[in-house]
Amino acid sequence: MLQIKPVLAALKRHKAGTVLIGLQIALTLAIVCNALFLIQQKVTHLSRTTGIVESDLLTVGSEWTNASGAEVGSLVRTDLQTLRQLPGVADVGVSYGYPLRGGGWNDGVSTKPDAKQSAALAWRFFVDDHVLSVLGAKLIAGRNFRPDEIHVVDSHNLVTPAQLIITKALADKVYPNQSALGKPLYIAAATSPSTIIGIIDHLQGGSASSWSDAISDYVVLEPKLLTDKSNAYLVRAQPGQLSAITKVVRTALFKTNRMRIIPDGEGEGAGVRSFAQVREQAYKSDRGMAIIMSVICAVLLIITAAGIVGLTSFWVSQRRKQIGVRRALGATRGDILSYFLAENFLISLGGVLAGIVLAFGMSLWLVMHFETQRLSLPYVLVGVLLLLLLGQAATLAPALRASCISPVEATRST
Amino acid sequence: MFAYYFELGLRSLRRNPVLTGLMIVTIAFGVAASMTMYSVFRAVSNNPIPQKSSQLYAVQIDNFGPQNNQNSEPPDELDYIDAMALLKAHRAPRQTALYPVKLSVISDDASQFPIRPTTYAISNNAFPMFDIPFLYGGGWGTEDDENRASVVVIGRALNDRLFHGANSVGREINLSGHNYRIAGVMDSWDPKPLFFDLASNGGFADAIQLFIPMSRAVDLQLITAGGTDCGAQNYGTGWDAFLRSSCSWVIYWAELPSKADADAYRQYLRDYAAAQQRAGRYGWAPNVRLRDVSQWLDYEHAVPPESKLSLYLSLGFLVICLVNTVGLLLAKFMRRASDIGVRRALGASRRTVYAQFLIEGATIGLAGGVLGLLLTGVGVWSVGLIFDAQIARLATLDFSLVALTLGVAVLATVLAAFYPTWRAAQIAPAWQLKSN
Repeated sequence: MLQIKPVLAALKRHKAGTVLIGLQIALTLAIVCNALFLIQQKVTHLSRTTGIVESDLLTVGSEWTNASGAEVGSLVRTDLQTLRQLPGVADVGVSYGYPLRGGGWNDGVSTKPDAKQSAALAWRFFVDDHVLSVLGAKLIAGRNFRPDEIHVVDSHNLVTPAQLIITKALADKVYPNQSALGKPLYIAAATSPSTIIGIIDHLQGGSASSWSDAISDYVVLEPKLLTDKSNAYLVRAQPGQLSAITKVVRTALFKTNRMRIIPDGEGEGAGVRSFAQVREQAYKSDRGMAIIMSVICAVLLIITAAGIVGLTSFWVSQRRKQIGVRRALGATRGDILSYFLAENFLISLGGVLAGIVLAFGMSLWLVMHFETQRLSLPYVLVGVLLLLLLGQAATLAPALRASCISPVEATRST
Repeated sequence: MFAYYFELGLRSLRRNPVLTGLMIVTIAFGVAASMTMYSVFRAVSNNPIPQKSSQLYAVQIDNFGPQNNQNSEPPDELDYIDAMALLKAHRAPRQTALYPVKLSVISDDASQFPIRPTTYAISNNAFPMFDIPFLYGGGWGTEDDENRASVVVIGRALNDRLFHGANSVGREINLSGHNYRIAGVMDSWDPKPLFFDLASNGGFADAIQLFIPMSRAVDLQLITAGGTDCGAQNYGTGWDAFLRSSCSWVIYWAELPSKADADAYRQYLRDYAAAQQRAGRYGWAPNVRLRDVSQWLDYEHAVPPESKLSLYLSLGFLVICLVNTVGLLLAKFMRRASDIGVRRALGASRRTVYAQFLIEGATIGLAGGVLGLLLTGVGVWSVGLIFDAQIARLATLDFSLVALTLGVAVLATVLAAFYPTWRAAQIAPAWQLKSN
């Protein structure tokens, strides 16, 4: 049976090493479980669905250099025709605003006119009659816009639209416990109502940033073509045709009319982006933080393990003689092995106890300065288990070496 | 003596290669992680206009009221009415209303595609206010602002592209279908972050290449490329209704050379808001803000939280690496207890023991620093995988970062070596000799 007392007595003679390992375990635990928690938060954040069919979808941002007003309407129609005739294109829509675009337009919506407080803040997407089907968003009630309902306007002449399509999440928010279909909705403090003619199962808003998390599922589609905003053509490719279309789309559009801007590059401002790129760019910082934290956690655990191996090896070499004496007096190899494992376990236990306090302290600090959520207990427990196991595993090799020390060592002078 | 201890240090490094290697790698990782994150942090927390950051002020007036503003803070921008009133009153020595616009440079050459450089509409005061340097010509005159003239100041890069670097002052360029006379060509000027407009492009976009008078931009009904916040109001339709509305979209900056000037201007803003309240435009008490550049950068969270968080995380990582190093150094030094005993017995003072082991620690730190430098290089190079490309390109491994990396590595390791060295120096010579 393992005896704790001699282990404790021995530790007293190695205060410094004991404290250092304990401290290292405590700090590692604090950082690792907070990092694991943050990683999980980031992963949940970037795993949200957009409600659209993301494969085989291309976004093409094109802005006119000189054209304005009604002229834009006919130019866009020509563009749409050009794009629809490209080989491999299934359908094309035009929209100001789409999921994860990286910003856009939001406004308050209300079920009553002149409401002092709006019922909800929502994303406004200005779309034509093709956008719903091009995106592959699922209409669960009502109907899509008809071509004759799409108005060409500039952003300072937004007359209240007669029809709106909204997401189910927004419908449930503004008309809880009843169907919103056919009901009025006042958008941006409008004096006259718009009628909700359709409800979409799910559609994500224009930004992945955490500031918009609360309104992420609240989207209003309006049947409009804005002449002065950064519209995008949403191109649905036939399966497998995406890259072929990506290669020719810019040239095709410039051939139709060169007085336009389609920004080059790869980033968020790029003109031509597959939806996979849109998603990647929208969640770049989330994914980046998750990667940084995973790497730091992994390296941290390796370094802590290495530190334990180093110090334990030192202790073993210091105590060769004593181990030899114990072996000579009848201790088995197992006794020696379990002695070192027990020693590490005691140190680790002290370390993780301090670490738990540190971890919650650090979490509190993160909540105050970075508006993160509070660390939940399971992550701490996982961290504790991880570090206790790590400590035992790291001790195993030096402890095995110790157990192989021959009783003859007792008779040697060093 | 130093050279001798340094040599001893090197020799000792070779004696326990695994333990030594472990320490070097630990320090290298700790230093590299924190230096990489610091390189990003240094870029985003940069003071873009250090010579004037305490004289330039962002102006905010609450035109939304307690019901619609956020956390009792006025919106970041002014509405057009307030901006024009402040501009007309001209209470600061220099001031400018401004907003980002989208204009395309259209070449006469039909084979050239239009380009869209970063463009701002400003008042002419902005040139001396923001210390904008000129290569040719200068800013436009006050009369150009008043007459809504079609004048433009272009950037050096654009001048190189359009006019091959020649003096283009007086020539005309076509911007989105209208001709503008070039009043001046800026020299390279690219404050990062772009302190006066952090919201539109995150503050790290491409350098501004075009400035036009704001009066002209409003005349052309150019909408802002930045944010427009109309609170909960319905201003009706049309450009003029928009200008008369309390939608906030005009950025406003004032130059106030002394604290007394700033206090006087703040009082003026309060008086202005109070007059608006009396006139019935505002139904609430004056709520104004005047923030200088550093306060503004702070308020706008110019430093992305992920950059701060990863810096703190990596510093925590460095601390753990150092704790680890203390333990390993302790093991390493104490293994040589008998050496120390002999040296002490032969007359070495504690002082010399200190010197020897601290120099040995510094040697390990230097080795860790060199490896850490390589890793920092890899880290800085891969910053683009995690941060925005616009920010990533600002993080560079320059001379000061190299020096800092090596310095931190050596200093941190010497600090970590203090306790183990102290323990080594405490070794009683007699005891060691006896036990042998």
